[in-house]
Amino acid sequence: MNLHEYQAKQLFAQAGIPVPPGEMATSPIAAFDIAERYNKPVMVKAQVHVGGRGKAGGVKYAENAEAARVLATKIIGMDIKGLEVKKVLVTVAEEILSEAYVGIILDRATQRPVIMVSPAGGIDIEEVAAKTPEKIFKLAVDPVEGLKPFQARDLAYKLYRDIGQVRQAADIIMKLYQVYWTSDASLVEINPLVTVPGGDVVALDAKMNIDDNGLYRRKEIAEMRDIEAEEPSEVKARESDLSFVKLDGNIGCIVNGAGLAMATMDLVKRYGGEPANFLDIGGSSNPAKVVAAMSIILSDPNVKAILINIFGGITRCDDVANGIVAAYNELNPSVPVVVRLTGTNEAEAQKILASMNLPTEDTLDKVVQKAISLADVVA
Amino acid sequence: MSIFINKKTKLLVQGITGRDGSFHAEQMKKYGTNVVGGVTPGKGGTKIAGIPVFNTVSEAVEKTKANTSVIYVPPPFAADAVYEAADAGIELIVCITEGVPANDMMKVVPFVKARGARLIGPNCPGLISPDQSKVGILPGTIVKKGNVGVVSRSGTLTYEAIWALTLAGLGQTTCIGIGGDQVIGTNFIDVLDAFEKDASTKAVVMIGEIGGNDEEKAAQFIKKNMSKPVVAFIAGQTAPPGKRMGHAGAIISGGSGTAADKITALNKAGIPVAGSPTEIPELLKEQMKKVKPAKKKTAARTTKTTKKKAAKKTAKKSTKKKTAKKATKKTTKKTAKKTTKKSAKKSTKKTTKKAAKKSASKKKSSTSKKKSTKKAK
Repeated sequence: MNLHEYQAKQLFAQAGIPVPPGEMATSPIAAFDIAERYNKPVMVKAQVHVGGRGKAGGVKYAENAEAARVLATKIIGMDIKGLEVKKVLVTVAEEILSEAYVGIILDRATQRPVIMVSPAGGIDIEEVAAKTPEKIFKLAVDPVEGLKPFQARDLAYKLYRDIGQVRQAADIIMKLYQVYWTSDASLVEINPLVTVPGGDVVALDAKMNIDDNGLYRRKEIAEMRDIEAEEPSEVKARESDLSFVKLDGNIGCIVNGAGLAMATMDLVKRYGGEPANFLDIGGSSNPAKVVAAMSIILSDPNVKAILINIFGGITRCDDVANGIVAAYNELNPSVPVVVRLTGTNEAEAQKILASMNLPTEDTLDKVVQKAISLADVVA
Repeated sequence: MSIFINKKTKLLVQGITGRDGSFHAEQMKKYGTNVVGGVTPGKGGTKIAGIPVFNTVSEAVEKTKANTSVIYVPPPFAADAVYEAADAGIELIVCITEGVPANDMMKVVPFVKARGARLIGPNCPGLISPDQSKVGILPGTIVKKGNVGVVSRSGTLTYEAIWALTLAGLGQTTCIGIGGDQVIGTNFIDVLDAFEKDASTKAVVMIGEIGGNDEEKAAQFIKKNMSKPVVAFIAGQTAPPGKRMGHAGAIISGGSGTAADKITALNKAGIPVAGSPTEIPELLKEQMKKVKPAKKKTAARTTKTTKKKAAKKTAKKSTKKKTAKKATKKTTKKTAKKTTKKSAKKSTKKTTKKAAKKSASKKKSSTSKKKSTKKAK
């Protein structure tokens, strides 16, 4: 799950990481009020779950409250990489003397949280990493022991020469690791971490991704989920405990297992079709999941055929077959459906489906080819 | 032969009274796995499908001498179940549970390693050695005994590949799903190494998917350390790039992790990548043919010596074949032992070198620390 900048900054502030004062607004008038209260120049920042907001024109400087109102009018409703901006953060503008980078991510290679810092922070950090990797410093933290103050100091020395700033940065890094661990995050990032006149070190931006598997024990974070900022079909899928990603093709896919779902999509493309979605009904499927999957896919007007590819393991084919029967009764699909069920309780499933008169195939390649030919007929 | 599980596997099922646990305990038993007990706190003394249920793993181990455990408990309790199994002396722990927080696994994995146990998973289908033992949820109907090893990050996609092999007449030694989570107990390299050392495994199928760089690392390992042919499949060639947040992912991976990157890395290491799971058997057969000429010489030698021995030892025609078989077995065992010894020596050399390097770098860092503290003063 992704958090917005304003939400991440709330968590940072709670942990004692210095962030500039700011508040979220959903209307230009609210933005005006916030800026007027601060009575200082502010930044108006689009709150949207995608990178590159600044480059897309979603982050602007406002001299006064009226300017903030005008900018908010422009930014709210703006489209950034396909997502509509519905919220802005109005935050006190700081004079920036230097920009550094601090990030913590779960690193698959070391199977540990890795802290990365660079004195060359800012919007071009990825270019810095690619061209001058010597400017990026990394530390894999022992997850059992946690981050030690000397390690945070070591990293802080890579960022600043002034001992006062080193101490502040070390403190921020320690607190950031606490935020990372206690919120079950998979990523926390401050870019840029800036120094301001007077010498203070401040987190000017904040990004956080949360490990979905940890949300059950982080209720206060789970409640921060902004459903309006997500694709509606993906929200519905999550509520039904399905993983779903909408794509642009016309072959709807219902598959069990992420790997098989991806391989099925790959084959659709290979045989000349275009998948309409990625959909994994997961393990331990109950029939209701199949009904939900079918209704999500049918809500996409591009879909011309649906292929159901199940290789039963923990998923029982008879559960899925019962789901298909229920889906037909409830939804009466207007597009052709082709089914392939193999594995655990396959024979029982075939008995259930026998009365349905659905086209069935026995191999992956065949079910994909059949779906493509059915879609072509409909189109 | 097989890796990790065989006829001697004595299995415990943790979470045996749950919906999935009870169903699959019965499936495993039906397959022929020696399921010696189940564990569910508070349900000790009952029975599921004739299998005795215990309150704790340590009690179950004491009573049944179990050496392997499979975990079907819900995500909030999965990490604790792994700790409990490792603490009770279980050697192989297979965690099927999906949805375990990464923070839990980061702590569990080193704990299990410190106890000298092996963890497979979480979020995996487990493993099966055809006609010997099945631990997990892989359908027993799709496998066939043979000499191909299968290792995969995926679940159901693994079944697809195994089924294709079986239909093509290529049986398996052991099929393993290592799990698709970020933090897992056993990775590709661990399994590839075990297959290389297993005399009965003649070829390996590796199934990867997008994300991380495990496939790239495995490609390097195969090139350096494996004599057996490997064929790969990578899922996710058409997966759309995610709506990425933050820069850390790109910085740490150096931009790698796409299907195209993985396929390039594998091809560079001389490993063919199938375009569809159904193409795996053909590719594998081609690779297995290629291997034969190199081994012909040694094969010819062993048959000569065995023939001589056989001729000397027996006069009875009927027993000739049997002894010849035994003799070849012995010689292959010997050579296998030799090679493993050699590789073991090599690896110890390597590790000592690495250790030396590590300590050197530690020294460096400690001196730099001194410098920085001086500066600070």
